[in-house]
Amino acid sequence: MSVETEIFEIAVRAIAVSGAATLLAALWGLPAGVFLGLKSFRGRSIVKGFFNAMLGMPTVGLGLILYLAFSRAGPLGFLHLLYTPLAITLGQAVLITPITVSFVTSTIESVDPEIRDLAKTLGASETQASIAVLRESISGVFLAIIASFNRAIAELGVALMLGGNIRGITRVLTTSIALETTRGELVLGITLTIILLSIVFTLNTLVNLIQRRETG
Amino acid sequence: MHIKAYRYSKYKGVNEMEAKKLGIWLVAIALAVTVSISGTTYYFGVGPFARGRTKLVVTTTTSLYDTGLLEAIEDQFEAKYPIDIYFISAGTGIAIKYAQRGDADMILVHAPSKERAFLEDGYGVCRKIIAYNFFTIVGPEGDPAEISGLTPTQALIRIVETGRKGEALWVSRGDDSGTHTKEKGLWTAAGFDWTKLRDEDWYMESGTGMGKTLQITNEKSAYTLADMGTYLKYYTDQLISLEVVVDAGKELLNVYSAIAVNKTYNPEVNFDAAITFIKFLVSEEGQQIIDQFGQGVYPQKLFYPTVQLLKENTDPTLVSWIKEFAYFDGEECPEEYQDDHKELYG
Repeated sequence: MSVETEIFEIAVRAIAVSGAATLLAALWGLPAGVFLGLKSFRGRSIVKGFFNAMLGMPTVGLGLILYLAFSRAGPLGFLHLLYTPLAITLGQAVLITPITVSFVTSTIESVDPEIRDLAKTLGASETQASIAVLRESISGVFLAIIASFNRAIAELGVALMLGGNIRGITRVLTTSIALETTRGELVLGITLTIILLSIVFTLNTLVNLIQRRETG
Repeated sequence: MHIKAYRYSKYKGVNEMEAKKLGIWLVAIALAVTVSISGTTYYFGVGPFARGRTKLVVTTTTSLYDTGLLEAIEDQFEAKYPIDIYFISAGTGIAIKYAQRGDADMILVHAPSKERAFLEDGYGVCRKIIAYNFFTIVGPEGDPAEISGLTPTQALIRIVETGRKGEALWVSRGDDSGTHTKEKGLWTAAGFDWTKLRDEDWYMESGTGMGKTLQITNEKSAYTLADMGTYLKYYTDQLISLEVVVDAGKELLNVYSAIAVNKTYNPEVNFDAAITFIKFLVSEEGQQIIDQFGQGVYPQKLFYPTVQLLKENTDPTLVSWIKEFAYFDGEECPEEYQDDHKELYG
């Protein structure tokens, strides 16, 4: 396989793996964030504080914990997930969930509380009022998802510990950069870094455009 | 305010539609997640096995992988057998730990003392020595400690002396890798206790791989112990200006072995594939790849094959060094660890 096709495959894999992780985190992170942002209940600030603190989770640390869980000798070893792309996806989803949740929570909290009251005054049910608030905060939700994806595709620890950087199977952009750096292939390392940044920039621009059209 | 009131008044009328819309969105997201995850998994993970290929997880020392040797071997092996090799490149210490936890089918390492324990503790069987080369002590241009031409032991003693005077620095890997194991052995042979040396000012621990350690050593104008493969790669690419100061002597011998994980210890292990790969490594074809790797790119060979050398005793001195350093009780792999594969040792 030529270097170009290999790099292309690595980039596609990185997008697929981290994209799936982002969707997964959105699947449970969005409802959790909306819930945290709208409802008041006992211990809410503790839960919020927990997610905020988890933003600082070191990726290798999480990678190690999940490695021990997914290892054949670990509690989830029977799933045989270690060294598969799915393991990286799951690990990155766990890693970025706090980002999704925290961003969504704070964007919803920042919506003028009057809107909610107003919707209710106008006869909206609890769910409908929530939808109204969600609508107002849609750009914040987009930001939450984009920030989550950026963190996922740019992280190294989880991908390295759970994927193992196996050529053709679990090698993604960050693990390639690390490998090429230890190999002394610095030019290739920089090239891969630029590719990663281009993906992130392109995606951010696209989302910005869509968002502008939606809300503008 | 009344504009907002107008905007939100629409919720009154289309309540159900909005809820339905939300439902559709949720279903769409769930669908997208399922499709993308299963697609990714199939394409990158399950796909190969649907074509009747099995998976062989090999944890390996970094020097074999990072030089590119194993990728060269992998390409030829995978074209010949229905086995996909998953190489996990880590230090010898971690490579062994992964195998002990049942996460590898086979290991490629270079630390005979650790390998012996791995066999004796029941984790590994069918050890084969596949290659050798020499470690080298590298240092800054000008050689401030004046160790050039000394034996490794004398050189280390001199480095300690000049280090204590503040005229030389030493960078240790400090990461429990095969190279680090070798370094600790050398300190012991020179009459020092490395656990005490590490507290001294001139002795630094990088705690990272060989390449990074070489770069740190280069920045600090220090000395370090390096495997020849990584050193040549960095030196040829002009990433470092360190020079070889001591590279002779049996103390610097570096021997690489392959060990299969014992199926009695871990029944889930892909033992047959591991044996197939070990046989390939020691076959004429495998040994030739090792012999010819990097030719024309580096000023000298990175790795030397061992099979013919040990069988035909073509270089008695060298063979005696290998036997002394990397044999266990006079054998490459004592009989009780040969499993049912005596043919490997014919």
